[in-house]
Amino acid sequence: MNKPITCIICPKGCQITVNAETSPWITEGNACARGAAYAIQETADPRRTLTATVAILGAAIPRCPVVTSAPIPKGELLSTMDKLNHLTIHAPVNAGDVLVENFAGEGIHLVATRTLENTHAA
Amino acid sequence: MTDPKIVIIGGGSAGLACALALYQKGISDVVILEKEDELGGILNQCIHTGFGLTRFKQEYTGPHYAQRFIDDIMPYHPDIRLGATVLELHPDKTLIYSDRTGCHTLHPQIVVLALGARERTRGNIGIPGDRSIGVWTAGSAQRYLNIDGYLVGRKVFILGSGDIGLIMARRMTLSGATVVGVAELLPYSNGLTRNLVQCLDDFNIPLHLSTTITAIHGKPRVNAITLCTVDANRRPIPETAQRVEVDTVLLSIGLLPDQVLGEQAGLLMDPRTRGPVVDDHLMTSVDGIYACGNALHIHDLVDWVSLEGEKVAQAIAESLQSEAKATRIPITAKGKLAYILPQSVHDGASHLTLNYRVTQPMEKAVIRLVGDGEVVLTLPKTRLHPSEMQRIEIPHALLSKIHYNWSVELSDE
Ligand SMILES: Cc1cc2nc3c(=O)[nH]c(=O)nc-3n(C[C@H](O)[C@H](O)[C@H](O)COP(=O)(O)OP(=O)(O)OC[C@H]3O[C@@H](n4cnc5c(N)ncnc54)[C@H](O)[C@@H]3O)c2cc1C
Ligand code: SF4
Repeated sequence: MNKPITCIICPKGCQITVNAETSPWITEGNACARGAAYAIQETADPRRTLTATVAILGAAIPRCPVVTSAPIPKGELLSTMDKLNHLTIHAPVNAGDVLVENFAGEGIHLVATRTLENTHAA
Repeated sequence: MTDPKIVIIGGGSAGLACALALYQKGISDVVILEKEDELGGILNQCIHTGFGLTRFKQEYTGPHYAQRFIDDIMPYHPDIRLGATVLELHPDKTLIYSDRTGCHTLHPQIVVLALGARERTRGNIGIPGDRSIGVWTAGSAQRYLNIDGYLVGRKVFILGSGDIGLIMARRMTLSGATVVGVAELLPYSNGLTRNLVQCLDDFNIPLHLSTTITAIHGKPRVNAITLCTVDANRRPIPETAQRVEVDTVLLSIGLLPDQVLGEQAGLLMDPRTRGPVVDDHLMTSVDGIYACGNALHIHDLVDWVSLEGEKVAQAIAESLQSEAKATRIPITAKGKLAYILPQSVHDGASHLTLNYRVTQPMEKAVIRLVGDGEVVLTLPKTRLHPSEMQRIEIPHALLSKIHYNWSVELSDE
């Protein structure tokens, strides 16, 4: 039996177990159907939206906050951070700009979440 | 320099929303004073998502949420003075601020306090031990990491299970630090379930409830803490003491409205909210001084902060049109309410939103509104938590009937 999953869909926070040996999978402990869908997604393919910062040159501050355009597999958070650590971008950027297309594969881009002017330009 | 009619102190989400709403109403005799070199306030360091779901039906990061307001306000050519710190505010609304060119005095008719909150520090809770380097408030560590790009430590312990601490646990882990654990004095966590799961469980970071730090060790830098379980009266049980080796301690033990200027101006303060007492227009006890956002009471959702800024703008617009002054009816909090805001309402007000927090988690509860001595509204409530601000809209039909006093009472079912 899998470790119970804490449902985060509503404040009730049901503890849900998923039996993945049956077909279809059976959930237990969820008070509603939304919890079942969440627990099955968490078991089959847990994903998280990653937010972090990357180095930026030419702006008033040294880091630009970024986000993945969609949730990425939970197991890839640390390796994606590693890729971010090797990235440097240049001002100006606008909040919402795609910085790197298909950054995390599957068509998931890296997006800037802050507008930073080029303060070094004449 | 000519005097502006209105001065907004603070360019965070509250100040920006207030200024934007004033411009949209055609009121442009406004100056915004912001001590930092950029607008946005605390949002700039909150790079995680979770902002604006109510307002924009979209989950933004903090900086992106702020940017929406900045982009909307710029076409009005606002008079924003950055790097401008207000040093003094007098009861007659004279204020003194300093910037790179020196000290300046302004005599506005209306002042909006939108100056946010301060974090509680080690001094506020008096943790004994060495005065070691490496003890930070979670918010300062967040600022260093997310704006300046410095990681304040490698082996971290976090005191306090509020959302800021949880978010920092994840952020520091993803940035290469080891977060040894999180301790919470209370028997329950103050953070959102989502953050407990995605910030702690995802990285196997343990949460110790009913636990506190009883000593910090190390000179000059922290090398260990003593962790202790507490009894039902929150007193440490000495036999449970254990030494944990860390090089950094983050304190996430709550925010307090920034009161300094309000106290100088002689505003009546509420010991419950720790901010100024206000009426339903969010005007303080001094005519023409308003407050909104974290400077008024601590918010967990930015959407309500922006709404409060807009509410102040609406009240200012009305006050500029008519001088009519209705009497104010006091509103008092009773039972298990930590506070109620506003603390009074104008007689004849057309609508009223009450904000409140509870003192302890409650599965089932009942709110009773008592007007002029009679129960006029009973609202059953489920799952109330001290970390979540609640709101009640009072229907106009009820408001118009009550003329002397309101009280709001929270009790178990
Ligand atoms: C770490 C953290 C995480 C949060 N996470 C979330 C979340 O996930 N989702 C959500 O919806 N909400 C979240 N919130 C809540 C919400 O974002 C804040 O409550 C809100 O942004 C506060 O806005 P404010 O304008 O009241 O204060 P601030 O943003 O603090 O703005 C106050 C401004 O006033 C300026 N100022 C202060 N003193 C002076 C002075 N003397 N002179 C001139 N200027 C001055 C400051 O520099 C600052 O810019 C979070 C809050 C914090 C602290
Ligand atoms: S299972 Fe349903 S009721 Fe339970 S926490 Fe999830 S959404 Fe809420």
